[in-house]
Amino acid sequence: MSVYLLGVNHRTAGVALRERLHFSLEDGVRAGESLRRDGLVDEVVVLSTCNRSEVYSVVAQGAAQPEGGLERYFCSFHSIEPAQLNGCLYHRRDRDAVEHLYRVAAGLDSMLLGEAEILCQVRETYLAAQRAGLTGPILNRLFQAGLEVGKRVRAETRLGAQAMSVASAAMKLAEQIFGALKNNSAAVFGSGAMGAKAAQQLRSRGIGRLWVANRTPEHARELAARVGAQWAPWEKSAELLAQVDIVVTSVAGSEWSLTREALAAAMHARGNRRMFLIDLGVPRNIDPAAAGLYNVFLYGVDDLEEIVEQNRQARESEVPRAEAIVREHVEKFAAWQSGANAVAALADLRRKLRLQREIFTDAHREELAQFPAEERERILRLMDELVEDLLREPSERLMKDREVRERAVLLRDLFGLNAPDSSRRGGE
Amino acid sequence: MAPTFTTLGYLTAGLYTASLACYLRKLFAEGKWAGRAATLLLAAGLATHYFALLVRAYSIHSVPYQDLYGSTSLLAWFLVLTYLGLELIHGERAMGAFILPLVLLLLMLDFVATPHAAPAAPARGSVFALHVTSNILAYSAFTLSFVYSVVYLVQDRLLRGRRPIAIMWRLPPLEDLERMARSGVWVGLASLMVGIGFGMVVDRQVTGAMLQFDPKVVISFLILGFYVLYLTVSRSPAWRGARASVLCVVNYFAVVFSYTAVNLFFSRFHRFY
Repeated sequence: MSVYLLGVNHRTAGVALRERLHFSLEDGVRAGESLRRDGLVDEVVVLSTCNRSEVYSVVAQGAAQPEGGLERYFCSFHSIEPAQLNGCLYHRRDRDAVEHLYRVAAGLDSMLLGEAEILCQVRETYLAAQRAGLTGPILNRLFQAGLEVGKRVRAETRLGAQAMSVASAAMKLAEQIFGALKNNSAAVFGSGAMGAKAAQQLRSRGIGRLWVANRTPEHARELAARVGAQWAPWEKSAELLAQVDIVVTSVAGSEWSLTREALAAAMHARGNRRMFLIDLGVPRNIDPAAAGLYNVFLYGVDDLEEIVEQNRQARESEVPRAEAIVREHVEKFAAWQSGANAVAALADLRRKLRLQREIFTDAHREELAQFPAEERERILRLMDELVEDLLREPSERLMKDREVRERAVLLRDLFGLNAPDSSRRGGE
Repeated sequence: MAPTFTTLGYLTAGLYTASLACYLRKLFAEGKWAGRAATLLLAAGLATHYFALLVRAYSIHSVPYQDLYGSTSLLAWFLVLTYLGLELIHGERAMGAFILPLVLLLLMLDFVATPHAAPAAPARGSVFALHVTSNILAYSAFTLSFVYSVVYLVQDRLLRGRRPIAIMWRLPPLEDLERMARSGVWVGLASLMVGIGFGMVVDRQVTGAMLQFDPKVVISFLILGFYVLYLTVSRSPAWRGARASVLCVVNYFAVVFSYTAVNLFFSRFHRFY
């Protein structure tokens, strides 16, 4: 049995083409059923996300190469001209196909390195195909191992550490200062895109109380309603400062800023309790000198971007460890697959030898008829035993020696065992 | 004189070292198993440490703090016990990597301290034992507060300086560190007050007076005062945060001074080794 992959991803095709080639979960199952019905593949899983559309299939050893048929099906399913896919499709076979799936499950092949969502998508896709009866021993083994690779990479490396945006980096800092934010309060000054993102992040992290203030009250009201916050009149900014633990500023224009004096007064009013200031404004909204105030933690966009970059580098530094896990599992799968293929080849050889024995006895029916029935039975039984004796040693060596297993597929060439129906019994 | 490091002692040191390795692994890399293994190894070390102290007490027919090793070993045991309690309460494992080096250092003191025959055990009964035990528990709680305060100050500096480093994200938040340091001081103060109270009872039994002048007594009252001051100012506007942590660190030097120099050189009747 051979594992075969055909696909496109974010590296080979633009978003417009990927959109056209996308399979919904139901489409993937439907396509798989159709490919099986047409006899192109024995097992099949169609994995499709926003970054990729891939068909993982198993074809019988020696069966016709599925590339052409799969490509044609790919095009006809999506009503697309084959010429439009020139250079966009990639083909992988056996070890390369296995490694590709493991890298996908590990998040190594994702646009956002180490993203967690892909593992859920692989699981859902596999389960849907399994429910539809599209998988067999090979793809079951392959996908289960792929899910294990994904889990191991996320558990044993920091590749899966949450990727940070500027807003999420700010929230992580807030949690490093205050701990869980449910007992804290925050104010967001400015309701533009950055302010809205920060407000959403604060809300999603369970901030206790949240205010939104904007020079245009309608905008403040709208954002406050959207994120479940209270809105505050712009004129009350100074009072708000004295109440909240976290201040996010993202105010356009240069005419507004929080001065060191204003913040010193706010700190005095709040008994010097810790205050985290996040200045997302360009130009800056908060006087940098405020960083010198006792118990004030001031971060600007540049500081946060540096943290985002550190996070990215930290995740990238984990790639070799993740690759090592992938390699380990590719080796395991290859060993298992060679064993399964060898066992199947040996079973086909046994079947062929028995068939040869039947042909031989048919050809010599008249000569055998000279013997009494009892003797005839004995001769036939002895011939069967000879076949088993001949196969006993190779079977034992197959069990013991991995190299022998890897070479055992040559039996198919030597004995002409490559008939499509002769190799359907591999696997567990 | 029994051997200072029994088989159980070596086993304890081994378990603490393995636990430290797991805490460090937890601090620097991913993996849930490392944190769980660290806690389990520490709990196992705590149990063997207890039996090591017990065996030792039987073999010298005296309390385990009769000499310098016994005293530091008991301090280390209390330190682990207090830390493990806090770890279970707060579910916070990052600090194990900072506490255990101190524990191992205390155990290692025996290698540099020349063992010698301990003086005859003073027969002062269970009140005396409670007096010493309470005070050692107080020292261990103050040690924990010291470590929490140092980590607070380092993290505060990194955060305020806008230079966060990777390991910082695995440390407890500033607010939690401050709270844990304060909890440690509360435990220390309560134990110290109980210890002093029992000491006064012992004093009365032995000399007939409630309180005798001795450098150890003076420094103990000073420590009490310093930590009461810390608790008072740590919530005040001018001191809350880093300044209070500095005070907690400075106070700990008085504890170290009391435990080492005063015991060894100045005290008259707190000098047993």
